[in-house]
Amino acid sequence: MKAAKGTVFKYGDNVDTDVIIPARYLNSSDPAELATHCMEDIDKNFISKVKKGDIIVATKNFGCGSSREHAPIAIKAAGVSCVIAETFARIFYRNAINIGLPIVECPEAACAIEAGDEVEVNFDTGVITDVTKGTTYQGQAFPEFMQKIIAAEGLVNYINTTQSHADLG
Amino acid sequence: MGMTMTQKILAAHAGLDHVEAGQLIEADLDLVLGNDITSPVAIHEMEKMKVNGVFDKDKIALVPDHFVPNKDIKSAEHCKCVREFARKNEITNYFEVGQMGIEHALLPEQGLTVAGDVIIGADSHTCTYGALGAFSTGVGSTDMAAGMATGKAWFKVPSAIKFNLTGKPSEWVSGKDVILHIIGMIGVDGALYKSMEFVGDSIKNLSMDDRFTIANMAIEAGGKNGIFPVDELAIAYMKEHSTRTYKVYEADADAVYDEEYTIDLSTLRPTIAFPHLPENTKTIDEITEDIKIDQVVIGSCTNGRLDDLRIAAKVLQGRHVAEGMRCIVIPATQKIYLQAMEEGLLKTFIEAGAIVSTPTCGPCLGGYMGILAEGERCVSTTNRNFVGRMGHVSSEIYLASPAVAAASAVAGKIFCPCKLS
Repeated sequence: MKAAKGTVFKYGDNVDTDVIIPARYLNSSDPAELATHCMEDIDKNFISKVKKGDIIVATKNFGCGSSREHAPIAIKAAGVSCVIAETFARIFYRNAINIGLPIVECPEAACAIEAGDEVEVNFDTGVITDVTKGTTYQGQAFPEFMQKIIAAEGLVNYINTTQSHADLG
Repeated sequence: MGMTMTQKILAAHAGLDHVEAGQLIEADLDLVLGNDITSPVAIHEMEKMKVNGVFDKDKIALVPDHFVPNKDIKSAEHCKCVREFARKNEITNYFEVGQMGIEHALLPEQGLTVAGDVIIGADSHTCTYGALGAFSTGVGSTDMAAGMATGKAWFKVPSAIKFNLTGKPSEWVSGKDVILHIIGMIGVDGALYKSMEFVGDSIKNLSMDDRFTIANMAIEAGGKNGIFPVDELAIAYMKEHSTRTYKVYEADADAVYDEEYTIDLSTLRPTIAFPHLPENTKTIDEITEDIKIDQVVIGSCTNGRLDDLRIAAKVLQGRHVAEGMRCIVIPATQKIYLQAMEEGLLKTFIEAGAIVSTPTCGPCLGGYMGILAEGERCVSTTNRNFVGRMGHVSSEIYLASPAVAAASAVAGKIFCPCKLS
């Protein structure tokens, strides 16, 4: 898988899917439209500042709350290349994998990396490099079958290529 | 090594004799659920798949309930998409306005969820059906699409936390207080990726509606699912509502749990979650200042069932909501609505100055039917009090039981029903 590289937007614990994409915008399912409201209720300036390839770093329980897949869809459509967190809420974790948004759990990196740092993530090895600080962290590499899903840009393409998701690596 | 109740259900649906926590499995699904927000995304994803229709038209439930009756043109388009998909695929369990209710109250009532099932739903509160001894969990739209197409889903087998419930709850303590107490104790990520297994002598003291409320909010502790043993009360409920065959699974005596808690329900007090997380709990006795409120919502998949309306009506009977208070009561299904009418509960609500709405999730997620303005406060029987959840980012939500919500509507501030004159 191609490495991610970009500037970091940093958030704290329990970033819920209501602040990632507020329900008042869920009358749309268009990724581009959802992206224009991404993170609006937690960081009004996010969407005007984010550039293609940028990285979100947060601490515990990122993506908690509602199962809305619109949340990782909005983040991906906003151009974010990876989300690093101490832990992810489980439905968000599944959704991100299923739509092909790379996410990495790494408590050390999630705590140490600061807003504005330049960060690179190697998904094959799980190594996270903070280029600004000159530090590296070992994140959890995905199980093989999850790598296949992400590499296929999501579960739908993966199922289309395998005709089943019985191939659990 | 023995298996938990959840692990046994998953093993059986994966065709395996034994599973262990952390194992990746593929399980057969008994039901796949979606609503008007999540289904359009799933339908769009399914159209991209090389499949001919759904795996089983009887094992899919489509419930437009979030922004329904349609709140605006875009919502109407989403509902139209779901309706047309249901017609084209001859989905048996599509519920149009007039039949629909809030999904997690509606499906058990319709007999579509029974003990031993594996159920996924593109709604985080799908964990509700654990009250009947089913494994049910929330997923996203792509998982829903894959589930509708293949009848299968992949899971990582969860480890478990055991909650041993003892003692009898006191008069104004309900299932809502039990689950808020637990979330306050373990935190909003206290059960992350895990199953929450409720056991103990006190299960018999909890009505089915209490159990639905408790299982419903497992997700607010980060849980993958919440599950109750199947007792006589659960069996009676299933026999009354369903013609399906249920299967009872019991945890092995040597099942392994990551953690075990014993909670004496007789010591619990009415509990309120303060903004902006369900873990920010205080008992009613710990609140010393006056917290004035503008709105009360009594309803939702958490607390819109008949028991909830009965207790709210008991509090509001012969009383009136405070001046300037907006009190919104939402029976969760048409059947509950009708029962509440026949019992005279709706009359009580209206005479008390509350309004009664057709079933909808509307205000719970800030959709419509009770949006909060800047700085406003709401006591709500719903399940989330995140920033901006019910409206303006500076508005505040206090999560509570129907009894506390109704008493607060009368007093105009957060109030214990035990103290009403």
